[in-house]
Amino acid sequence: MAYGIKLHVWGEYACFTRPEMKVERVSYDVITPSAARGILEAIHWKPAIRWVVDRIHVLKPVRFESIRRNELGNCKISSSKVSGAMKRKTTQDLFFLIDEGDNRQQRATTLLRDVGYVIEAHFELTDKAGAEDSVGKHLDIFNRRARKGQYFHQPCLGNREFPAYFELIEMDNDFPSSDLADESKDLGWMLHDIDFANDAEPKFFRAELKQGVIEVPPFNAREVLQ
Amino acid sequence: MTIQNRYEFVYFFDVTNGNPNGDPDAGNMPRLDPESSKGLVTDVSLKRKIRNFIQLSEENAPGYDIYVQEKSVLNLQNKKAYDALDIKPEAKKLPKDQQKAKEVTDWMCANFFDVRAFGAVMTTEVNSGQVRGPLQLAFAKSIDPIIPLEVSITRMAVTNEKDLEKERTMGRKHIVPYGLYRVHGFVSAKLAEKTGFSDADLEKVWKSLEMMFEHDHSAARGEMSARKLIVFKHDNALGSAPAHKLFERVTVERVNGEDGTPASEFKDYAIHLNTEGLAQMGVEVIEVF
Repeated sequence: MAYGIKLHVWGEYACFTRPEMKVERVSYDVITPSAARGILEAIHWKPAIRWVVDRIHVLKPVRFESIRRNELGNCKISSSKVSGAMKRKTTQDLFFLIDEGDNRQQRATTLLRDVGYVIEAHFELTDKAGAEDSVGKHLDIFNRRARKGQYFHQPCLGNREFPAYFELIEMDNDFPSSDLADESKDLGWMLHDIDFANDAEPKFFRAELKQGVIEVPPFNAREVLQ
Repeated sequence: MTIQNRYEFVYFFDVTNGNPNGDPDAGNMPRLDPESSKGLVTDVSLKRKIRNFIQLSEENAPGYDIYVQEKSVLNLQNKKAYDALDIKPEAKKLPKDQQKAKEVTDWMCANFFDVRAFGAVMTTEVNSGQVRGPLQLAFAKSIDPIIPLEVSITRMAVTNEKDLEKERTMGRKHIVPYGLYRVHGFVSAKLAEKTGFSDADLEKVWKSLEMMFEHDHSAARGEMSARKLIVFKHDNALGSAPAHKLFERVTVERVNGEDGTPASEFKDYAIHLNTEGLAQMGVEVIEVF
């Protein structure tokens, strides 16, 4: 890939929630292309470009842990009920207990421990790209930011409470060593990304770990299914 | 004026004979990292305390309402935005008019401190949109393993009349004899731009980190206190150095007792900060306390 980048990301905790288990969150075994794209976008993104994740190197063994927290659940009450009781100036004094009814929910999260990945990606120009946008320019901006540790907002590993640390892997840099270099495994169907152009339709692909590397098919490839 | 610089911070607090954060999965025992036996305090637990402190210290100050209160329902708060702007709420959707949608979200940001700082998902029935806040916290972890104690207590009374002859009831408390916890935090100037999070707001965050445990005393907490807050201020909005490299500059040395064993007081630790070359890199170190 001529204009590819390689980014080493790691962190102590991560949670890439499986869409079928999102109430009591259970993470996928590895980072999804969608989450990897989010990390790249946290460092540099403009409407003129679109990040495409090509390959994910898994560096650390997959380990899970569980944590249960008090979360806000269904905090909806019917607005018609409210509107009757509410006059503009009295809202200030209207209080309900947050742990009343279903408002407080205790939810467990099955998260990943001690993760490390190398994201290989490139970007394409979108139709929002103007005359002043070139691949080289955005690549330079990304590389400069990643090299200096700059970001737009702190990238995270799935959830914002799990910060992702990152380092750019330069051309002549050593590739971080992987504990899974000999490991191959079928990881099953995994979320590829959300198709925001088509009413936020999720798309899935068959993730296979081969010698510690997952090849990510292009978003519109045949093997990526809705 | 929103903040113009990126910040990272390392925050230390400790607990003596108390339970800093109970684990609902383990019968309210102090949270433990099963791998290392180090204590954990979740991000949301600390954010709750920041909110509570702001609510106390900025009582009724305009712009410092707290959205996620311990005693409120979010829709009532959302409704305020609509009322104030005279927009009719539309079920489950943002107002079609983008201009008005932005007004509603901006109004929420301007009036609620926690929406401005932490962000909020306001996609409830009365919808005010979704914002991501600039302030981000990770889990707090203790420096050394902690040994939680289970303390049995008695009460010289019973709840039910039928238990009258029992005369007293027994209860349990879980305490950590001592634990020093370390937290990493991040403040993104670029997200602050979007929510209007200002330098004055940031000062209040530092203040709340310093003072919040003073107003959170309870039977369960024991003695908790803020010990140290080291802030790294970058000279620009995007930052001048990787966060992990800055965090590595703050090290904790065990000066009494052996590494990897539970400590008994704050004096058992020395916190070191290596500032070498930071100024040239464009990072200013502020030791808030």
